Amino acid sequence: METVIEIKHLEKSFDQLAVLTDINLKLERGENLAILGKSGTGKSVLTKCIVRLVQADKGEILVLGNDILKMDDEQLNETRKKVGYLFQGGALYDSMTVRQNLEFQIRRTQMEKKKKELRELVEESLENVGLADAINKMPAELSGGMKKRIGLARTLILKPQIILYDEPTTGLDPVTSGEISELILQVQEKYNTSSIIITHDMKCAKMTANQLKIMKDGKFYAEGTFSQLSESDDQEVKAYFS
Amino acid sequence: MKNNMEALKENIVGSLNRFFTEVGNILLFTGQVIRQFFSAPFEFKELIRQGYYIGNKTLPLIAITGFIMGLVLTLQSRPVMVDFGAESLLPGMIAISIIREIGPVITALLCAGKISSGIGAELGAMKVTEQLDAMEVSGAKPLNYVVATRVMATTILVPILVFFADAIGLFGSFAALNMREDISLRLFFSQAFDSLSFADVIPATIKTVFFGFFIGLIGSYKGYTADRGTESVGLSANSAVVTASLVIFIIDLIAVQISELIYGF
Repeated sequence: METVIEIKHLEKSFDQLAVLTDINLKLERGENLAILGKSGTGKSVLTKCIVRLVQADKGEILVLGNDILKMDDEQLNETRKKVGYLFQGGALYDSMTVRQNLEFQIRRTQMEKKKKELRELVEESLENVGLADAINKMPAELSGGMKKRIGLARTLILKPQIILYDEPTTGLDPVTSGEISELILQVQEKYNTSSIIITHDMKCAKMTANQLKIMKDGKFYAEGTFSQLSESDDQEVKAYFS
Repeated sequence: MKNNMEALKENIVGSLNRFFTEVGNILLFTGQVIRQFFSAPFEFKELIRQGYYIGNKTLPLIAITGFIMGLVLTLQSRPVMVDFGAESLLPGMIAISIIREIGPVITALLCAGKISSGIGAELGAMKVTEQLDAMEVSGAKPLNYVVATRVMATTILVPILVFFADAIGLFGSFAALNMREDISLRLFFSQAFDSLSFADVIPATIKTVFFGFFIGLIGSYKGYTADRGTESVGLSANSAVVTASLVIFIIDLIAVQISELIYGF
């Protein structure tokens, strides 16, 4: 198995507050890893460190074999193109239509695409998330679930090898949450991506993840498959499954 | 007493520390933005779009203010000039005042209020809703697409808006003068332009380029570095106006000193 992300002894503090104290993690190709934890335990900070949106204080973050903390701007940009990031609210560019949101991603990162090729890529990405009809809509006209789907389509258009999902089902009704979880699985099967899924939604974790890790006080407290953790005797772990 | 003094000292040191950190961060940001001016990909379409928004939205405000500026300046100055028997110098005096100082500074302050706050709020909202982060993580270079285009647009547009405000201001001055005495448009502009030299126009134009650059830059910096939370959007806009206005006066002060050194006035 090929390791696509490897994190060693990662630490991050904001002023005096230590958010990540000693994070060690390995993500293999094709694997889906769900990270659980109470709010404020540093789950989102961890994913932001992986793409260097937040600069880590100490440790090593190897993404596709290269240490992201030692890259210059050009190398970082090239690596980021291989890592998709789905933000909690979708983070669609609200001055652009759905089509422009997707085209923008390609236009800004892969300049050589022709108009016809670009149109086909956009349509394919939207079909993948089941929202081909929304192509000319503005983000303000979309529901929360649709925004997340479009956000995923925008991520997929660059054909990333790794996708980081920041609470993909938060704020959605159970049916839409289930659809998004299903979509995460479909994407993984179709594109053989590896994913880290930050979530509070146990149903989503159960459906999508091969491995689960529970964060507490800036480090991983417990890890295993869903069934292993669900049978744990530890009260802290049990609390997530009750 | 000693504790109060120590607290005061700590307060002053803390404020100075924050001030110099902010200045340092703005300088670093300036360097990064200037580098983006010369880095591919060039977004001409976005530059034109931003230029259109900035110019189109500010033009009516600049026109009205420019007209009133020229009108009021003439109405206020005329009685004194009449007392000294120097009415014929009025068009020249107004032209020099407007073109050298009042036109550029008033227009730049209006642009700081309208454009810099707009950019600050827009980028602040993009930061809060993670749109800038989304661009960053996909390698779409937001500094190049979002910031460099806006700063370039204000750098180009503000001098043009100042020219426009100057021209409208002179028309306002003519209107005021024409209400009080019989003077033709041709005579007014002939007297106005006779008093002007390149030494009046060139330094004023150069400083407006700097005004434009910093109006865009400070709005962008405040928005780009906004904290999370909706409150920070308003704070970014507000802080952008205050800082940009202050910077306009500082640039003006420096420009006057340099003009004096070069042209001797």
